[in-house]
Amino acid sequence: MPTSEDYKGQIPAWCPGCGNYNILSTIKNALVELGIEPWEVLVVSGIGQAGKLPHYIKCHTFNGLHGRTLPVATAAKLANHSLNIIAVAGDGDCYGEGGNHFLHAIRRNSNISLFVHNNQVYGLTKGQASPTTAEGTHTIIQPYGVLQEPLNPLSMAISQNCSFVARGFAGDQEYLKDLMKAAITHKGFALLDILQPCVTFNKINTFKWYKDRVYKLGNDYDPSNQVKAFEKSLEWGDKIPNGIFYKHEKEIYEEGVPAIQENPLVRQKFSIEEVKYEIEKFY
Amino acid sequence: MGVKFLEYTLRIGGEAGQGLQTIGGALAKVFSRIGYHVFTHQDYMSRIRGGHNFYQIRFSDQKISASREILDILLALDLNTIEIHRKSINDGGFILYDSEITKRKFEEPEFIDIPFRKIALDVGKNSVMANTVATGAALGMLGIGLEALKNILRETFERKGNEIVKNNIACAEAGYNYAVKNCPRCEAFGIHEPEYKKFMLITGLQAIGMGAIMSGCKFYSAYPMSPSTGIMEYFASRAEEYNLVVEQTEDEIAAINMAIGASFTGVRAMTGTAGGGFALMVEGLSLTGMTETPLVIAEMQRPGPATGLPTRTEQGDLLFILHAGHGEFPRVIFEPGTPEQAFYLTNKAFELAEKYQIPVFIQSDQYLAESEWTFENFDLDNLIYNDYRVREKDLEGIEVYKRYKYSSTGISLLAIPGEAGKHLVVADSDEHDQEGHIIEDSETRIKMVQKRLLKKLPLIKKEIEAPLLYGDPSPKIVLVGHGSTYGVIKEVVDTSFKDKKVAMVHFSQIYPLSERDRFDYIELFENADLTICIENNASGQFAKLIRAETGFEFSHQISKYDGRPFTIENLKEELHAYI
Repeated sequence: MPTSEDYKGQIPAWCPGCGNYNILSTIKNALVELGIEPWEVLVVSGIGQAGKLPHYIKCHTFNGLHGRTLPVATAAKLANHSLNIIAVAGDGDCYGEGGNHFLHAIRRNSNISLFVHNNQVYGLTKGQASPTTAEGTHTIIQPYGVLQEPLNPLSMAISQNCSFVARGFAGDQEYLKDLMKAAITHKGFALLDILQPCVTFNKINTFKWYKDRVYKLGNDYDPSNQVKAFEKSLEWGDKIPNGIFYKHEKEIYEEGVPAIQENPLVRQKFSIEEVKYEIEKFY
Repeated sequence: MGVKFLEYTLRIGGEAGQGLQTIGGALAKVFSRIGYHVFTHQDYMSRIRGGHNFYQIRFSDQKISASREILDILLALDLNTIEIHRKSINDGGFILYDSEITKRKFEEPEFIDIPFRKIALDVGKNSVMANTVATGAALGMLGIGLEALKNILRETFERKGNEIVKNNIACAEAGYNYAVKNCPRCEAFGIHEPEYKKFMLITGLQAIGMGAIMSGCKFYSAYPMSPSTGIMEYFASRAEEYNLVVEQTEDEIAAINMAIGASFTGVRAMTGTAGGGFALMVEGLSLTGMTETPLVIAEMQRPGPATGLPTRTEQGDLLFILHAGHGEFPRVIFEPGTPEQAFYLTNKAFELAEKYQIPVFIQSDQYLAESEWTFENFDLDNLIYNDYRVREKDLEGIEVYKRYKYSSTGISLLAIPGEAGKHLVVADSDEHDQEGHIIEDSETRIKMVQKRLLKKLPLIKKEIEAPLLYGDPSPKIVLVGHGSTYGVIKEVVDTSFKDKKVAMVHFSQIYPLSERDRFDYIELFENADLTICIENNASGQFAKLIRAETGFEFSHQISKYDGRPFTIENLKEELHAYI
């Protein structure tokens, strides 16, 4: 069985007190508790503070381009569906630069998890508004306040019938771990949006701000109802619900691709001899 | 016609949606199956219905590799076709048409009025079969190929049931017989079925697709864009048979990142697009450079800028492809001149991409992509397949696998994540250390640039074959081409300027340029009186590349940038200005 020591990676280069540290240790704990070995998991990330995360875990890593996490993760799953694949992104990374990929990843329903470190601000580029920054927030680029309404990733995902939609909070690691485990073991595309305080650039949405507002969806909440889930996802402000908003199983993408029904693509042997007869079709 | 061998050109014209491709495709297949060499090219508008399109077939008992302007037979499916192409008819040529469709009757001797639609209704009980009647009629004029056509109709309509097959065959026969009966002068064609020898008939796109499948490519991701879409269609049509994954992505950015993701995970992968789509892929191209992920990219050029002429041809993206991508990393660019070259160069592209862990381009254009050529065979024994990926057993004895380990060649072991035992594979778009983790120090940076770029470059250059010299071995006049102009330049060399010492130098492995120790083409250029660089673009991009890399400047430049390919006649005319 793996231990959290097996997952010890590079020393993080995040600001002291960053919400990412909690997310990092929670991912490791979730993987350890699920009994997944480091060589059985591929973490794909983009660019941003969240994008650095796989370097701090010891596992297969593809740290690609800003916004392009999901295409790489989707294809990696098609190439080898026996790997556990977690896509890690930030709010700018996934909902801004990679917004189109996000929509289409929901449609594909690949059996991968997407963890979005949502700190409602741009960290790596130093404090500009992100797609989830609250309207009216003042930044160096938006000195008169952000004019757009923030994007609601949960509503968006639920409206598109995403197979698993959840929200966690970096300040409640036990619950976050449960949500991560549920996302990783869910069969289908699983979005876990993680409220992550940025201690340097977001002075509004602090640990305390979230702690005063977040609450867990209780046992009486039914995550199988899409309309109710959508309604719940609109709740934001004095009370911010956390938990699994919406969950249902349907055919995953990899089940529909004939080429990989018997073996992962990567293990399929190739020899020229077996395809030579193709040329006969041109006579 | 001024040629000693038998050859005819047939043009089928009409509106989009009238079935030009069905007729043209069937006729080309008939000719190739009864033993004629065939060259076809398509000229069509970016619309699904209406407008004016044509499909041109040249066939001969000799090898041919380009299109002509002069027509022997025009098969007109509408009045517009007659008006546009009538002037191109050769002496003794014919125009087949249906006066019921054109609503106008022509009395001149070259016109043969055949009631395509009426015969289709009478014999096939369906006016849709007018195209089959027309195909039969064209063959009837020539007096060849009815049996071959019947077989093709059987293959085409088999899945639609016996009734449809039977009616189509009846329509083909009726069209054939009508033409025989009503065109006594057609005997002047004097055609016979040649000594039976089947040729394969293949387009550039199909050759690229088949080359990829025979190279072990298992993953193709793309966004539809003319004229590259045919590669994806080919892959999709073979997916179930060869266990291929074909992914139509949300955009070209996803297309290249998916191909990279599949390649990183151990599968040979490819993407394809045209210039505008490639513009979106450029960031991903740079990612292959930094992560050293093998990738083959097909860029099928069409005239730009922006949307340009979507269904037409140009060689306008060469310098774009050469310079695309931020930062410095190695790349290879192939630009085949024939489907046969496209097939082998695609195979070589996969070999070099994986051997050196670099991006390799198959650059072509609409003209080669969609032209059909005949070949006796491709020698499949010349294909290369080396699996450079390493797995658990290959890593025995290695304590810690490092994805970017320094080496004398710059090449590090390419392990497959999940198939390498407990070894971990870490790839990074940031500058990284040997294990693949982010670094910023200058010492590591320098070593990594040396590893992935400077050490690999001379090795890659050695892999590149010299350009082809065709014609006089010590020419006074050199016609220089690259990519799809091969066929037309070759035929001009074959048939013109016989009293001059003329040769073609054709480049299909265009970047990096080959080393000159085996064939010093620059010396050959310098010893000639005239060096004419012929390009299907406005600014002479290949000439610029040669000048930049070697300092040599061609004495003349012929540029064609009307969105159409060179034909034999118009290239000769251009050359007469200099020769």
